[in-house]
Amino acid sequence: MATAGLHDSELGELQRRLVILRIGLLLVVALLGLRLWHLQIREGPYYRDLSENNRTRSVIVEPARGLIYDRNGILLANNVPSFTLYVSLEDVKDRDLLIEQLSNLLGLDPALIRTKLTARGSKQLPRKVKGRLTLREATLIESHRLDLPGVMVQVESQRNYPGGVTASHLLGYVGEVSSEQLEKPEFADLHQGSIVGQYGVEKFFDRLLRGQAGQKSVEVDAVGHEKQTVVVDQPHAGDNLYLTIDVRLQKAAESLLGEESGAIVALDPRTGDVLAMASRPGFDSNILSRELTPKQWTEIVQDEGRPLNNRASQGQYPPGSVFKVMMAAAALETKTVTPSTSIFCNGGYQFGRRLYHDWKAGGHGSMDLKHALVHSCDVYFYTVGQRMGIETMASFAHQFGLGEETGIELPSERIGIVPSEAWKRKAKNEPWLPGETISASIGQGYVNVTPLQMASLIGTIANDGVTFRPRLVQAVLDRATGELQQRVAAPKRTVQLRPGIIPLIKEALAGVVTEGTATRAKSSLVTIAGKTGTAQVAALRTGPEKDIPKKFRDHAWFVAFAPVEAPTIAVAVLGEHMGHGGSASAPLAKELIETYVRLDHPAPSGVTDGAVTRKADTGGRERDDRSGD
Amino acid sequence: MIDRAINSRGFDNFDFRFIGLIFAILGVGVLSIYSVTHDQGVAFPFYAKQLVWIALGTVAFLVMWLSDYHRIARLAYPAYAIILILLIVVLFEGRSSRGAQRWIPMGPFAFQPSEFAKLVLILTLAHYYSEAPRVGWIQRVVLPGLLVLPGLLLILKQPDLGSGLSFMAVYAAMLLMVGMRSKAIGVILLFSLMLFPFAWELMWGSLHDYQRQRIMTFVDPVYDPGGKGYHALQSKIAIGAGELMGKGLYGGTQSQLKFLPEGHTDFVFSVFAEEWGFLGVLVLLILFVALIWLSLEIVARAKDQLGALLAVGIICMLCFCIVINIGMTVGMFPIVGIPLPLMSYGGSATIMTMASLGLLLNIKRRRLSFF
Repeated sequence: MATAGLHDSELGELQRRLVILRIGLLLVVALLGLRLWHLQIREGPYYRDLSENNRTRSVIVEPARGLIYDRNGILLANNVPSFTLYVSLEDVKDRDLLIEQLSNLLGLDPALIRTKLTARGSKQLPRKVKGRLTLREATLIESHRLDLPGVMVQVESQRNYPGGVTASHLLGYVGEVSSEQLEKPEFADLHQGSIVGQYGVEKFFDRLLRGQAGQKSVEVDAVGHEKQTVVVDQPHAGDNLYLTIDVRLQKAAESLLGEESGAIVALDPRTGDVLAMASRPGFDSNILSRELTPKQWTEIVQDEGRPLNNRASQGQYPPGSVFKVMMAAAALETKTVTPSTSIFCNGGYQFGRRLYHDWKAGGHGSMDLKHALVHSCDVYFYTVGQRMGIETMASFAHQFGLGEETGIELPSERIGIVPSEAWKRKAKNEPWLPGETISASIGQGYVNVTPLQMASLIGTIANDGVTFRPRLVQAVLDRATGELQQRVAAPKRTVQLRPGIIPLIKEALAGVVTEGTATRAKSSLVTIAGKTGTAQVAALRTGPEKDIPKKFRDHAWFVAFAPVEAPTIAVAVLGEHMGHGGSASAPLAKELIETYVRLDHPAPSGVTDGAVTRKADTGGRERDDRSGD
Repeated sequence: MIDRAINSRGFDNFDFRFIGLIFAILGVGVLSIYSVTHDQGVAFPFYAKQLVWIALGTVAFLVMWLSDYHRIARLAYPAYAIILILLIVVLFEGRSSRGAQRWIPMGPFAFQPSEFAKLVLILTLAHYYSEAPRVGWIQRVVLPGLLVLPGLLLILKQPDLGSGLSFMAVYAAMLLMVGMRSKAIGVILLFSLMLFPFAWELMWGSLHDYQRQRIMTFVDPVYDPGGKGYHALQSKIAIGAGELMGKGLYGGTQSQLKFLPEGHTDFVFSVFAEEWGFLGVLVLLILFVALIWLSLEIVARAKDQLGALLAVGIICMLCFCIVINIGMTVGMFPIVGIPLPLMSYGGSATIMTMASLGLLLNIKRRRLSFF
């Protein structure tokens, strides 16, 4: 072989140098061995822990939210399965890329996804990115699963309201807990993405409805596929609520309002049970429970009709002549007038330099209290109010529950205004003017009430002076124990009135319907008693009603109870800008009461018992009995 | 005629141990690949393909063993020229994966020229030094350096940092083994130090982002487990979690659940360490050291400079790959993408490694020379 370059000396030298290689090799292998000993023996347990963490992921199992039924067991809110998109941050390798992919697949705003992913919270818990995926979206995500490490689609229960727009203000809606809410102690056990009630019963009874989330430890692979479930901490479903409303009556009330703005409240005066509570315009609880885009939100919030406002408990209006019911009781109790005191109405009341008009030009002539109520004579009550003074009026208004919360179990109830000297000094920093007492005595001026307060007021009259706190939930089914707990209706207060006063007022209110301002509420089915009210919106009015722009027209009130002899329902109707109470609202109340009478209502046994007992009580009620309440 | 005489001695005990060690390590490799890919759910999973590569590798081993290495060495320059052409082809026609263009598609398979380039470079350098006396630092250092340079640049261009480093390691090792006067070594060190910033600039600039990040986060991989240091950390977790006894076959959650990427290729050692523990790792290291030790015996008993140089080149290449690969899985080196010889899945690497070992055994067989 031509190995011209073979040089013995060089070969020998090369072979001598091999010892360097040998020592080098042993040294390096020893180093590697040491390093492996360090990793596997000294720090082995630490890395074993890390590897356990690596393969198990905590997955929250959302509890099923409690169901909501009406008083007859008709379902108002339930849960339906839906797909929810979660991202497990630990498995995400390139967050920016993931955000871009998700935004392309689902058409979401990248900034929104980023907010969801960077929200505060444990890194171990997956972040909820989108609920209510459509089947198409869920399939799309699943088919791109391998390109989307850390992305999980879970089947979860989603709130559903079979009635949609029915009783939406009452039921409210649910939504993800906000970051502000998470800071508060009552939401301490929740996490980003938890669903909580954000309005109505859903919000007020959230603690009961919410249930308790469970936790699942699942073994997952590096792309987030679940391999097997390791430990399960079962979720606890929320409690079921049985409301007092009768959904048939609720629907009737809503369709009576139709396209008009306003509110209708129907109570059972014997228990305070809210039978119906309608507010229009309304919203669809299903839509609000979805994740709305900021734009959709702005549209709803800026809607001039303010559909999110529950006019029944949050709308504040001057009561107008409905106030006279309270005024009549106060006048008799304080002996400002007797039932036979007669006051002449010539169509106006002169006070100082100002003439206060009666609604009826030319006046009603000579009026006693009963007829003053029947015909809603303003001059009579101007006189009575002037004699009583604002402080006495205020103290009786408070007795009837005005200017305070009715205590209904709904969030953000408004209390209205019962004006007094102290109130005006505090609110406006001005002294009380004597003329303002005169406006207040017919429920104008500063007086403000909610329809719910008016229903409670007329209910108090119907129930002979005993006020019940308006009640929305009659029973709770504890899902942990399976126990149905009846909630007892408790009287809140008894108005201090001498015997005979309420029967007289009731007689007058029956007269309002048979011969007075609300003959349009007369029914052939049932005896109805009521009082009309027309709340002025604009002080100056010229020309006939139809020429006035709608937004300056009066609010139409009608409060009623039926049957007159033994009332089982008390109703307050408020129609915004619908004009006169007698013509606009009274027919609605009549319709609602007739609907109620036609319904067969098998109230739950516990409630029926209570009602029967109450009825027996009211028969022989004397003043001495009441002092014990 | 002397050849014939040597051949007649046939198979001896040394050959038996040498081949035994090779197949023991190959077996451990296939077992680990099987462990991570057995539920792959395809008709032809990685472990089955690897068996095919080993079969082809065995053919290459036999060819290299039974030919005359002098004859093979004489083909070195044309072979190097062909490799350079292939490296150019791969830049234009190659198949890319993760931003690097390293493979030439061949039907259902792909061929990685840079793997074969390593062996061809060893042949070329050994041939260069042994065909004539090389004296003076120009002949000893600069000219072979110029030989190495085009291949190195083409490989770095792909970019394939791992193969590039192997290339430089082979050059440096052969240079050291050929022997230089201490003065020459001093000059080279000085030049290297002066050129380092430029070389660094050149290398750093030619790297892809993911490679730079890998090297940067080598310092602290815990910094971002989901991001840049992910591979390094997952590999350390896998190895550490093996503890003394290991988690057993299929028991490695890191690799079974795919937290550890590239479990069948670059990180096959981590898979093995997780499933067989420190004891298994010790056995594996002993197998590797024994193989290298036997190979060094071949150098020590080589009768000509070509054989010795070839053997040294092959040993240095193998040692470099083994040490860097294990070093990167245990977090001692940055992750540069060097497969573990005889264990990592890969057709080109397996065939090339087995061919190199065949050549080694060939040198031992021909240790009797003309003189």
